[in-house]
Amino acid sequence: MEQQNATISKIERLCTDIVRLTLYAPSIAAKAKPGQFINLKTGPGFDPLLRRPFSIHNIDGEGHLQVIFKILGKGTSALADLRQSQTINIVGPLGNHFQASPSMCLIGGGLGIAPLLFLARSILGQQDVPTLKIILAARNKQELSCFTPEFEALDLPLYLATDDGSLGHHGLVTELMPTALSGDTDWQVCSCGPHPMMSAVATICRQHKWRCQVSLETMMACGISACLGCAVPASDHNNTGKQYLHVCQDGPIFWEGDIKWT
Amino acid sequence: MDIKTPKLAVNIGDLCIANPIMTASGTFGYGREYENFVDLSQIGAIVVKGISLQPRPGNPPPRIVETACGMLNAIGLENVGLDRFIQDKMPYLRQQNCCVIVNVLGDSIEEYCQLAEQLNDVEGVSGLELNISCPNVKKGGVAFGTNESMAHAVTNAVRKLTKLPLIVKLSPNVTDIGAIACAVEEGGADSVSLINTLIGMAISIKTRKPILANVIGGLSGPAIKPIALRMVYQTADRVKIPIIGIGGISTWQDAVEFLLAGATAIQVGTANFVNPKAVEEIRQGLTEYLVEQKMESIKELTGAAKR
Ligand SMILES: Cc1cc2nc3c(=O)[nH]c(=O)nc-3n(C[C@H](O)[C@H](O)[C@H](O)COP(=O)(O)OP(=O)(O)OC[C@H]3O[C@@H](n4cnc5c(N)ncnc54)[C@H](O)[C@@H]3O)c2cc1C
Ligand SMILES: Cc1cc2nc3c(=O)[nH]c(=O)nc-3n(C[C@H](O)[C@H](O)[C@H](O)COP(=O)(O)O)c2cc1C
Ligand code: FES
Repeated sequence: MEQQNATISKIERLCTDIVRLTLYAPSIAAKAKPGQFINLKTGPGFDPLLRRPFSIHNIDGEGHLQVIFKILGKGTSALADLRQSQTINIVGPLGNHFQASPSMCLIGGGLGIAPLLFLARSILGQQDVPTLKIILAARNKQELSCFTPEFEALDLPLYLATDDGSLGHHGLVTELMPTALSGDTDWQVCSCGPHPMMSAVATICRQHKWRCQVSLETMMACGISACLGCAVPASDHNNTGKQYLHVCQDGPIFWEGDIKWT
Repeated sequence: MDIKTPKLAVNIGDLCIANPIMTASGTFGYGREYENFVDLSQIGAIVVKGISLQPRPGNPPPRIVETACGMLNAIGLENVGLDRFIQDKMPYLRQQNCCVIVNVLGDSIEEYCQLAEQLNDVEGVSGLELNISCPNVKKGGVAFGTNESMAHAVTNAVRKLTKLPLIVKLSPNVTDIGAIACAVEEGGADSVSLINTLIGMAISIKTRKPILANVIGGLSGPAIKPIALRMVYQTADRVKIPIIGIGGISTWQDAVEFLLAGATAIQVGTANFVNPKAVEEIRQGLTEYLVEQKMESIKELTGAAKR
């Protein structure tokens, strides 16, 4: 991990409230692994004070790194107002990363789709390319379309769903899992999205004895395991006495069974 | 013109530190977390995360929330406990040649005493900082630091057991912080550090509930700087022992203000989260300021706002 000033190569509004930021940060991009995140200082000054964490969405071989974010509050509004060729201070790459396996299904919901492009691309770049399926969902067509072009270009089995039925299946990702994951295959699922979605996906995986990794979000002050602010309850199935895990250090990627789902 | 390198070294009791910039407990982990960003051996002193006799799991989440120019935390003093600190964390810090000050916390005077005794002979420990913002379980949970006689008693008990430089860290959640400072000076403290976080809260208008699971938390960051500075300024009139200023220090200019108010050294807290190189940049800025002001030693700044 390191801290550096990165130049904004491109900043694009993909829809009303979703922005794709392309940064030139060669040394961080070179080290990044799928599932890791960067911590951005959204601007000078003390308000907002803390950095904001974002998953790495994509990297190219030329030192660029992309994140996609939704405009929610102060920090993301300030980020959305930045312009090309301005610089921004970033710390990264942070956290752990997804693990690959021979038969994989990536399930993303909303902005949780962001890290899955980097993951899919790196899996496709491996020597022995595993079986790979992708299920993506969002509130509506507008939101989902911010992500679909890059995934369609991968030429993989792609299943889409929206909450309002404006694109793909009208309903939840979990309803697409039986179609996408038929057969007795020993799947490994990698999931990122709203907490209830990941919890439902994890439940289905447990029923089928599929391995499942999830990407968690919490409030973060430091991102480098110094503040201990990013705790999530642990299942502690190994009886180590550890009540909490820390998202920035032990995660953001966790095996579903290590988490105490609430 | 011949510009000499200004002297940055200061004394905290018998402890001489190479420069007055320390890290605040709970904001710098056990040091190693920052190894990719700063040269740990160049930091005046690293004050590690508060250590208790037994490991503590900490509070349920959410533990932190950002507020205007600051943040609230209710970490709940999560720490690895004394034994694991000595076994797992100290060897690394010794290797780095860091000046290490151990921040300790307890539920009773006896616990503080046991901690002090067990840290006495640990190689590489340069000093103790007592966090007296903790509740005294035997006195109905009233914080040691909010009562003059309890603050005196815990300081005095630890003083009798340790030769290590003893810093007592004061809570700002009191009517007269100067009175507490006098009590711990009288109890044998070599130095007081102030301030710890100010208690506060935040409520979500969406869920209509407090945001922190613990309901209240400690406010830190630039938002508290004017309060901390005022407390340092006032305490400087009340005690003779050196004061370590803490609270919202983010830039070298902030550090200069605290020195001028009467602090001998300063601690950088929340700023480390925002800028992991903060301590190094502050040291650099201070040095340049001294050169520009043609000062030979940083000691000339301490309390200058009063002269
Ligand atoms: C590991 C990780 C990866 C993430 N990846 C992405 C991503 O790829 N795309 C994306 O759009 N968002 C991502 N997020 C969430 C993103 O960090 C928050 O949406 C952002 O910080 C909100 O900032 P704000 O100032 O606009 O919102 P605020 O006004 O501060 O708050 C709006 C909402 O965002 C949440 N939030 C605020 N600060 C943080 C923080 N430091 N960490 C987590 N949540 C916070 C608040 O709880 C609140 O619900 C990720 C979060 C984490 C922890
Ligand atoms: C996340 C966090 C954890 C902290 N943990 C401790 C602790 O364990 N012991 C202690 O004495 N102070 C602790 N503090 C208080 C700081 O050391 C410091 O006194 C306070 O944050 C004010 O300084 P600042 O505004 O520069 O952060 C903690 C502060 C924060 C923000
Ligand atoms: S965000 Fe500070 S420890 Fe994880």
